Amino acid sequence: MVEIPLTHSIVLAAVLFLLGLVGLLTRRNILFMLMSVEIMLNAAGLVFIVGSSRWAQADGQVMYIFILSMASAEVAVGLALIVQFYKKFNTLDTDAASKLKG
Amino acid sequence: MNMADLLWIIVAMPFTIFLVLAFLGKKLSANLTAIIAISGTGTSALLTILLGWSFLGSPPENYSLSSHLWEWMNAGGLITSMSLRLDALSLVFIFVITFVGFLILVYSTEFMRNEEGYARFFAYMNLFIGSMLILVLADNLLLLYLGWEGVGLCSYLLIGFWYKDPANGYAARKAFIMTRIGDTALIIGLFLLFTEFGTLNIADILSAAPEKWASGDPTARLAAFLLLGGAVGKSAQLPLQTWLPDAMAGPSPVSALIHAATMVTAGVYLIARTHTIFELAPLAQNAVAIIGATTLLLAGFSALTQRDIKRVLAYSTMSQIGYMFLALGVGAWSAAVFHFMIHAFFKALLFLGAGAIIMVLHHEHNMFKMGGLYKKLPVIFWTFLIASASLAALPVISAGFYSKDLILWETFASASGGTQLWFLGYIGAFITALYTARMVFVTFFGKTKIEPTQRPGLRITLPLVVLALFSFAGGFIELPHTLGHVQVFSGLMQHALPHLEIRDVAESSELVLQIITGLTSLIAVGAAYVLYIRRRSWTDSIRNSTLVIQIHRFWNLGWGFDTAYDTLLVKPIVYLSRINKNDVVDLISLGLSKAMVYFNKLLVYTQNGKIRWYMATIALGAILTLTISILL
Amino acid sequence: MIVAFYIASAIAVFSTIMVITRYNAVHALIYLVVSLLSIAVLFYLLGAPFAAALEVIIYAGAIMVLFIFVVMMLHLGEKSVKQEQQWLKLSMWTGPGLLAFVLLIEMIYLISLQSLEDGGGMVVDAKQVGIALYGPYMIAVELAAILLLAGIVGAYYLGKEKTTVLHRFLKQQENG
Repeated sequence: MVEIPLTHSIVLAAVLFLLGLVGLLTRRNILFMLMSVEIMLNAAGLVFIVGSSRWAQADGQVMYIFILSMASAEVAVGLALIVQFYKKFNTLDTDAASKLKG
Repeated sequence: MNMADLLWIIVAMPFTIFLVLAFLGKKLSANLTAIIAISGTGTSALLTILLGWSFLGSPPENYSLSSHLWEWMNAGGLITSMSLRLDALSLVFIFVITFVGFLILVYSTEFMRNEEGYARFFAYMNLFIGSMLILVLADNLLLLYLGWEGVGLCSYLLIGFWYKDPANGYAARKAFIMTRIGDTALIIGLFLLFTEFGTLNIADILSAAPEKWASGDPTARLAAFLLLGGAVGKSAQLPLQTWLPDAMAGPSPVSALIHAATMVTAGVYLIARTHTIFELAPLAQNAVAIIGATTLLLAGFSALTQRDIKRVLAYSTMSQIGYMFLALGVGAWSAAVFHFMIHAFFKALLFLGAGAIIMVLHHEHNMFKMGGLYKKLPVIFWTFLIASASLAALPVISAGFYSKDLILWETFASASGGTQLWFLGYIGAFITALYTARMVFVTFFGKTKIEPTQRPGLRITLPLVVLALFSFAGGFIELPHTLGHVQVFSGLMQHALPHLEIRDVAESSELVLQIITGLTSLIAVGAAYVLYIRRRSWTDSIRNSTLVIQIHRFWNLGWGFDTAYDTLLVKPIVYLSRINKNDVVDLISLGLSKAMVYFNKLLVYTQNGKIRWYMATIALGAILTLTISILL
Repeated sequence: MIVAFYIASAIAVFSTIMVITRYNAVHALIYLVVSLLSIAVLFYLLGAPFAAALEVIIYAGAIMVLFIFVVMMLHLGEKSVKQEQQWLKLSMWTGPGLLAFVLLIEMIYLISLQSLEDGGGMVVDAKQVGIALYGPYMIAVELAAILLLAGIVGAYYLGKEKTTVLHRFLKQQENG
């Protein structure tokens, strides 16, 4: 197998993570925000896989699997919340749910 | 029955009467109130005489009796008991307090008859007498302080007895606050003594003090000065004397009680009681003498210029207490207490007499509007005359002569006294005779200006006669070498107070000085006779020069002490409090709270309920963290 | 093979950008699937075929299907696309873009500081992962199972139709 430069793969993960962050900050639609969170989680998983590959250890992949399971649980709850949100506010605008305003 | 057991009854009687009158006063008829009011102090006086009789007849061990009632408090090494102790010094004091107090109460039953708050008056009077008894019988300083404060409270209540006039309330507050300044010094002194000796028992302190302190020890000096501060406040000496003339706002019997038996003599008692500490601090003792000498002169000059008969007497009290302080300051302990006793008799008599005159003349206080009373009010005149003779110290025939002469001679002869102090006292004696004679001549002689409408009854005249008897005869229990050599009083006092150290002066000088002082008072009386009876025109011509008017006004206002205190202390404090109306110190805490609110509002902006904003701040935080980790 | 890595990386970055810029939720989801698939390719290239399989099956498969379901349930049509167009002004992008850019610079700087040696590139197959999972990570697996259970229960509870339960007195009040 060809060795992939470690720096490049980590920078790729960072880029993906930050794209997710930009999405999170930019979008007002809660559905898109949830997608952006998924992107960020994926980027984190990617770093684990890179680490696993670098040291040829299974631990990184194990961590990735945990992230995966956590992500699926989160998506399940998150989507349920989105449905409730839509029912309550009749929109997906997060700014509508600003009742915690001080 | 054990003699010591009588002590607590003597103290308890006035308090019992106070409670009875305080709770039942409104329900009792006036006659019943009067009987109850005098019964308590009367019983105490009887018991005191009984006690004194057996005390003198078969003196107890160490010439002292003590009676432990109960333990008051026991906290952290401070063990204070309710214990009474009687020795020669306190015997004289309780005799004066109960006996003179009783006579004053008898007098008051008629004097106050038509006043509102009859029962209230007697309740306060009994409380006053009871507090004073506690003060002089206390065996520890804390109990003494209890009585001390009780006396201060009662003086407030009684000076402001006619509380409907705001001026009286002002006078009462002034008396309370001025004496309180002294009280503060006294309580600090007590703290100091407690930290030094670990006890407040007077006898223990006095016996331990010479072992702990050498003569002139700074701590002893500090303690003595603090005690002196308390004494100066209560006894109306310089510089805390200004309350006394205003204390005339109270009814005349109250003045009599304050000036003769209680209150102002408390300072004399305190210094005499703690004499060992003063002996260990010569500087403080000198200060006592100087304060006494200065006060007696200043007060004497002020008395010369007063028109209100009671104010003359008030200043004369200050002056006479000044004599006692002078005696205490030179170590003539016994002479001071002797003068206290004689002074109590004649000063009570003078106030009661003045009160009676004022009563029959429709509350006229100005003695220049009186006159010619000697025919109209013979009993008052003769008794007043005897008391005045005592005050003026007319030689040989008056009791005041013997006591004052004793002070002057011992001041002259004392190791710590001397010619200067004697001279001040001598001048004071001249002035005393002058203003006393002036008062008598102006009040009783000359033309009748106001007709007395009523004659005082038996309950007023009887106390006057009894007191006159004592003012006359009281002096014969202590006669100088040159004139009979009777030493009953100092013989008794030597068991409680140390003997005076006489410096090396010629015995013959005593007789010379006596003749000088005796002649001086006669001359002063003569001068007053000329000025106020024979040649009133001379007085008027003297009074018309501007300088005399200025001095007259200055003295009349008590040497401007009130004005000085007003400008130096009262006005700056009022000014400061006006500035501080909105509490400058609060600005700090208010500023803090305002800053809190401001920061809270700032933080509220961050809490805008927008989830993206929260995310952005998290990202910002990440940037910051990373930046810091890069830079470091 | 290294070329495949860069191509897959480029696709991943491109499709992710597309995800966050789309107005239509379904389009975004499809780009997200593309992004996830390219990442799966990357996993495979990094010697983690098992993870690559999971990525395709669970992420691109299960999770994305959930998203699509929700989008269908909410009937997000033209209206929401227009709204997204209104919301996503260019100015909206500057702040977050700047933030992310600064973060990226810092991350790259930090990564470049580390003298990371390249190495490994070994294939870690499913067997090894399984042994690790059911060996040292047993408790973590069980915790993950409990987490998933919590997720299921939570999703069920939140997704349930709420029926208002009123006390009879309150009902009377409401009616009367």
